[in-house]
Amino acid sequence: MATYADKSHAQRMESDPGALYDLPDAQGHFGPYGGLFVPETLMHPLEELRLAYERCKADPAFQAEMDADLRDYVGRPSPLYHAERWSRELGGAQIYLKREDLNHTGAHKVNNTIGQALLARRMGKTRIIAETGAGQHGVASATVAARLGLECVVYMGEVDVARQEANVYRMRLLGARVVPVTSGSRTLKDALNEAMRDWVTNIDNTFYIIGTVAGPHPYPMMVRDFQTVIGREARAQMLERTGRLPDALVACVGGGSNAIGLFYPFIDDREVAIYGIEAAGEGIATGHHAAPLTAGRPGVLHGNRTYLMEDDNGQIIETHSISAGLDYPGVGPEHSWLKDSGRAKYDAVTDDEALAAFHHLTRTEGIIPALESSHALAYAHKLAPTLRPDQSILVNLSGRGDKDMHTVASRDGLVL
Amino acid sequence: MSRIAQRFTQLREQGRTALIPFVTAGDPRPETTVPLMHAMVAAGVDLIELGVPFSDPMADGPVIQRATERALAHGVSLTDVLGMVSRFREQDSETPVVLMGYLNPIEVMGYESFSRQAQAAGVDGALIVDLPPEEGHDLVATMKAHTLDLVYLLAPTSTDARIRRIGEVASGFVYYVSVKGVTGAGNLDTDAVAEKVGTIKSLIKLPVGVGFGIRDAETAALVAQVADAVIVGSAIVSRIESLAETPELIPGSITDFLAGLRGAIDVVDD
Repeated sequence: MATYADKSHAQRMESDPGALYDLPDAQGHFGPYGGLFVPETLMHPLEELRLAYERCKADPAFQAEMDADLRDYVGRPSPLYHAERWSRELGGAQIYLKREDLNHTGAHKVNNTIGQALLARRMGKTRIIAETGAGQHGVASATVAARLGLECVVYMGEVDVARQEANVYRMRLLGARVVPVTSGSRTLKDALNEAMRDWVTNIDNTFYIIGTVAGPHPYPMMVRDFQTVIGREARAQMLERTGRLPDALVACVGGGSNAIGLFYPFIDDREVAIYGIEAAGEGIATGHHAAPLTAGRPGVLHGNRTYLMEDDNGQIIETHSISAGLDYPGVGPEHSWLKDSGRAKYDAVTDDEALAAFHHLTRTEGIIPALESSHALAYAHKLAPTLRPDQSILVNLSGRGDKDMHTVASRDGLVL
Repeated sequence: MSRIAQRFTQLREQGRTALIPFVTAGDPRPETTVPLMHAMVAAGVDLIELGVPFSDPMADGPVIQRATERALAHGVSLTDVLGMVSRFREQDSETPVVLMGYLNPIEVMGYESFSRQAQAAGVDGALIVDLPPEEGHDLVATMKAHTLDLVYLLAPTSTDARIRRIGEVASGFVYYVSVKGVTGAGNLDTDAVAEKVGTIKSLIKLPVGVGFGIRDAETAALVAQVADAVIVGSAIVSRIESLAETPELIPGSITDFLAGLRGAIDVVDD
């Protein structure tokens, strides 16, 4: 990939390690990753979106509206919780959980949908569409659509519709139309394709709320900006609580929006180690996983260049994870850049490891985590004993596990 | 002069509008494609667009998505598609062939390797749906070095500034997407198409093909009044789909359909 790489930033970082991180560039590139790989019909609408977003970003009234919604509707700031009992049991670093699971709708997703829905309204759009995997982003989109009185259509792979029934019902209660997607692998990537097809057809009145830090520019940047509230709060909370920054950050990575939201405000804090955790599914060696950063290679999908799971002919291959929210063959382009630049480390944990962490946190701390977040917890479980008790790990508890009751029960042979 | 430019020059001299069919390579089976290409040439088409199957065809409607899935079920790869063009060229050295598809298979093959192999196979150009000029400079340069044209899309949402910019980097022809939507969309507004094609022709010099939403002789004739080329995809592919279990009937059926379009277009040209 080096032939296409914009090395300028990498070279600058090498020659001056203190240089502040300032990606993406004006065309949406994170080094060789990101960019704008879409059909011509979307090019001008994406330019309009970028300009509208930049106007809102600079507008104190928009920021004030957003802050008020995050406080009064979402319930921010979310707490920082010291998992003392769990930390003591592991006998190493102190583990702190950023409680995004306590947000309205149960996950970090709403931080982004609030921002994009306010932007949609400012742009005069009356209809919003979204793709969803686990259903959390679909629920968060349907929620803000209900509140702002916007029409809402959510695309969801047929496989995910079956394994996330409760969230499908929640979306319908909120007034959204849920469209099961039957093409391709019938999961999140196909839902994204279908949402793109809707958008290109209904571009005049429709705003596409992408749920993660992927897609064409400006989405990876915009979604990141909306999610960085997680890291900004957590950084201040850690300093207030412990008097210093954490030694390590851990977050799960599917598309990677909760992770980038936590990581971004710490990127220039070189002493803080950053770990992004992908889904190893049944094990990397089995091929049944969803870990493009760990076991994939760069390519172009869904509007950006990034690490992908693909075969030797460039066809995207089907992924597997126990958690629908991580079951995606690509990853946000900024993570690809953070991997190549070495600023963040990426690793993967299996379905079984994530499930063990799910049960462990539930029994030790009385917190039932989402299966997605359980991947981050499983890694923290391995990392903590390698650190000293005066060190700390900050884990993004990105969502709550209520939606996963059926999945976990069926693993234990139960039907709820 | 490239085979594509040569073909459009001839057509202009004859006062004719080009008819360009699109078929997905390997649909419904790999062995169907080359004989079908020859049959389409015999039916009077001027250039062939050959779809390269990709697992995630986000700009395509259900008809071409299903064609893609049929071809992928046989494992049809970009390398296989280049092989089909090579075999086509054994008997036809005149009809231009343009590959149409998505960027990722080319990324994986490598720009240089793709361009070299495509040239050797007798491909004349490529239209890469998800590669706008902003991201296309490296591939354009490599393809030009191998005398391949890079055909770009224009859309109802393209501003004058974008049309000019694309005119500077495109070669062969430009492909105007006549509707906001995916391939196979309905409701072609021919007045709006005429107006936009007029704008495009005032801004750039390349021939303008019009596609998306042309399904029969009537719409083909309407589009032929304003365009240099009429491009028909989903209407052909849905006929192929209906004969997927009896592929030996496909060339005849498609020939009849294309002959009807050819006749309607030629009436306009006369």
